Amino acid sequence: MDNLKAIVESLLFVSDTSLTIDKIKTVLEIEDRKAIHNVLTTLAEEYESQKRGFFLAEVAGGYQLRTRPEYGQWIRRLKQTRPARLSRAALETLAVIAYKQPVLRSDIEHLRGVDCGGILRMLLERRLIRVLGRKDLPGRPIIYGTTKRFLELFDLKDLGDLPTPKDLQALGEAWPNDST
Amino acid sequence: MVEQIQDQTPYYVHLGDLFDGPMDLLVHLVKKNELDIYDIPIALITKQYLEYLKLMKALNIDIAGEFLLMAATLVHIKSRMLLPTQDEPEGEEDDPRMEIVRPLAEYLQLKYAAEDLVKRNQLDWDVFVREHCDDDTEFVDEGSENLVQVSLFELIDAFQEIIKQVSPEHFLNITVDTISVKSRISQIADILEQRGSVTFQKLFETQATKGDIIVTFLAILEMARSQVIRIMQHVSSGIIRIFHG
Repeated sequence: MDNLKAIVESLLFVSDTSLTIDKIKTVLEIEDRKAIHNVLTTLAEEYESQKRGFFLAEVAGGYQLRTRPEYGQWIRRLKQTRPARLSRAALETLAVIAYKQPVLRSDIEHLRGVDCGGILRMLLERRLIRVLGRKDLPGRPIIYGTTKRFLELFDLKDLGDLPTPKDLQALGEAWPNDST
Repeated sequence: MVEQIQDQTPYYVHLGDLFDGPMDLLVHLVKKNELDIYDIPIALITKQYLEYLKLMKALNIDIAGEFLLMAATLVHIKSRMLLPTQDEPEGEEDDPRMEIVRPLAEYLQLKYAAEDLVKRNQLDWDVFVREHCDDDTEFVDEGSENLVQVSLFELIDAFQEIIKQVSPEHFLNITVDTISVKSRISQIADILEQRGSVTFQKLFETQATKGDIIVTFLAILEMARSQVIRIMQHVSSGIIRIFHG
């Protein structure tokens, strides 16, 4: 396929979730992962060098066209929606789940020192976390984990893309800003 | 005591969703006093912590149980610090303060992790993707007040509507290789995982044969029974929508 680049670009253009190489492979009925990967890299470089309004992001195990963060303010004006941003408490709860999953509610609450029932329900509703199952303990407590949506929301390639505890330590050299 | 507090920077009280809990207060005190968390002057911290609780009481703020538990822990550590250590005084594990240091260190790490999430390019705020212009998304975000639980009878009515729409030639077809209920369940679970919710109607769209439709319906019933999904109906439009657990 000599127009592979354009075809892949068209797929990226219409897709509303991140496209994995596997998905592209199935759609195009070709086996050559490397060719697809190369085309994706070329596209990413082209958008970069041409200073396009969007870029090719690697999120949630796939690829997705996203607008550049520096133009966020204009798009927010266009859409006139103010999405409810997550509270600090919600972000902390998400962070515990992201790092410690599979994790029980009691573990999260132990770490944060407060009840998290309401926040967990909200995170479940927003599809940022999900129930992975139940643990074989008295009361069969629910086990939580993060979702693909979580990766998409925070622009993460995969869970390994989160900073390591060591990186966090370095980040924390300056005290966390608790101006809330 | 109140005067003593007044000449310091005022404490900020977080209420409701923003109420951060006893760990946050400890972090605040450690930070304010510029302390090393591995060498906390427990007497000072305990004193300030209790002053804070008193102030909260004076301001008529309900003190959550967790705050009292932490106060008890601090006082307990303080009292253990006062006791002379009989046998081998060395060893980090013997330091009663470890009871608070370890969770505090973990909590700090957690705060940094949350901080890091904030700094990322958030979808629908910093970065945007193409809009989903699916016609069946119209009421999803309207809030759950407009949605009511669907009874089994209403579900059967909706199912009959769908059966009616099947074209007669498909209706007569007898297919052997119909999909099993079990694999249909996992397909539906995948759809819900990806989209969060889907209309009842939509789940039947790709099904051509009567057999497939029945399998899909059984799968939905089975999932509802094991509470993997919630089936809701929009009050004004009457559209039945299936939600993730």
